[in-house]
Amino acid sequence: MSSRTGERVRLTIDARTVEVEAGTLVVAALVIAGLRGTRTSVNGQPRAALCGMGICQECRVTIDGRAHALACQTACRDGQIIQTTGPA
Amino acid sequence: MNQHYDVVVVGAGPAGLNAARAAAQAGARVAVFDDNPRVGGQVWRQGPRHAPQAPLREVHAALQGLPDVTLLSSVRVVGLLAPRALLVESAEHGGMRVSYGQLILATGARERLLPFAGWTLPGVTGAGALQALIKGGTPVRGERIVIAGSGPLLLASLATARAAGAQVVAVVEQASASSLTRFVASLTATPSKLLQAAQLTRGFAGLRYWTGSVVREARGAGRVEQVTILRGERQITLACDRIACGYGLVPNVTLAQALGCALDERGAVRVDDRQRTSVEGVLAAGECTGIGGMELARVEGEIAGHVVSGATPDLSTLRVQRSRWQRFAQRVEDTFAPGEAARALPSDDTVLCRCEDVTIGEVRVCREWRDAKLHTRCGMGACQGRVCGAAARTYFGWQTTQPRPPFHPAQIGTLIQAVDHEPASTE
Repeated sequence: MSSRTGERVRLTIDARTVEVEAGTLVVAALVIAGLRGTRTSVNGQPRAALCGMGICQECRVTIDGRAHALACQTACRDGQIIQTTGPA
Repeated sequence: MNQHYDVVVVGAGPAGLNAARAAAQAGARVAVFDDNPRVGGQVWRQGPRHAPQAPLREVHAALQGLPDVTLLSSVRVVGLLAPRALLVESAEHGGMRVSYGQLILATGARERLLPFAGWTLPGVTGAGALQALIKGGTPVRGERIVIAGSGPLLLASLATARAAGAQVVAVVEQASASSLTRFVASLTATPSKLLQAAQLTRGFAGLRYWTGSVVREARGAGRVEQVTILRGERQITLACDRIACGYGLVPNVTLAQALGCALDERGAVRVDDRQRTSVEGVLAAGECTGIGGMELARVEGEIAGHVVSGATPDLSTLRVQRSRWQRFAQRVEDTFAPGEAARALPSDDTVLCRCEDVTIGEVRVCREWRDAKLHTRCGMGACQGRVCGAAARTYFGWQTTQPRPPFHPAQIGTLIQAVDHEPASTE
């Protein structure tokens, strides 16, 4: 569960590569990658994480091919591939 | 995969971890499930730059030193299987059927998030959410942040945001100055809380701490750029990059209600003085039994762990501690309960249900929650009304229903695991 401080992992987010500290959550990596949101709402509005604790489902993204994964409850791993439906 | 444990604990925060320790020390075979990638719950949340706090390290190390404890993170309870069994989904192991002798619910609480114009803009989060996001590695250095809503969590969030290099431009508290003064005076009854308050508000001078004030509107092109605050009668607009707004906490009772556990008048799981719910074999501890803070959660967890293990140690010392923290919790609730300005209905075009994009105007003409669900799809999306339901209760006083199985979006493979077992209860 725990990771050594300073260790880095590299992941791909919407075809951008980003390197983050081990233990970083995917929801944080999205911000570090410069994304403005996680998904597009029913009416086409951009959305991003609201609750930060697995309740609101606003941060759902596709992680390694698995749709509807919560970015706020997933830790970054080396080689992970994230796809969002949010604004670029 | 089938697993059996004497005791299953749902939630690895202060209540769940202390329950597991007490039960395992008495010889029970215990499993603890938590939906986050790391143990600690919300109050002891860890992150890349946030090492586990001392009380978490201590209880976590104790659990790891016990032979019959299984701690599984990134696990969600998806449904109930009869008898005394859960369908769970693990990020690592996939779907599992888990049966138990006794169950301890330590499912914690979530923030009460109340809509305001523009609250769907990226950059608007809960107040506790801001703290969670920062601890998870979200960079906020140099960002201008407005923290708003109500309760002690705003100060905790302020401290975390400042330590991460954010510029907190205002803390907007809906409670009145006079009720806050009374609350601060009452802290002498709990000196550790007084010390905590002093630490969290270090360098308070120079900060805008506005009482009797609420956020009315967020504006921006594609993300937050401005916030409008109603301060008494005056509207004030500030430039900012983030708004972190939460009106206290609400207990997570989805699993408890699905099991048939009775709730109290505040909507928390009803427990007796041994933390037993109304359902045989099901106990509950911590915030899901009423918002009371970390100290109370630890004590309740420990009591629950002793009770399930059948050991009958003298619980009187723990009960005295529990009463003390319950009185503190009552003072918090009296001080920070959302007042008139916080409960004022936002404009009709404000989104209430973010999953289905249903507005306040569409919902407020409905008679009750079920009517709103049927006619507008409010509460019918991915979060199953966990956010808009709490808001609808606050605005309209409606009895809202709890999520149904599957309690969370789940993989087909997980649901297939349930096939041999009829669900114990569905609505």
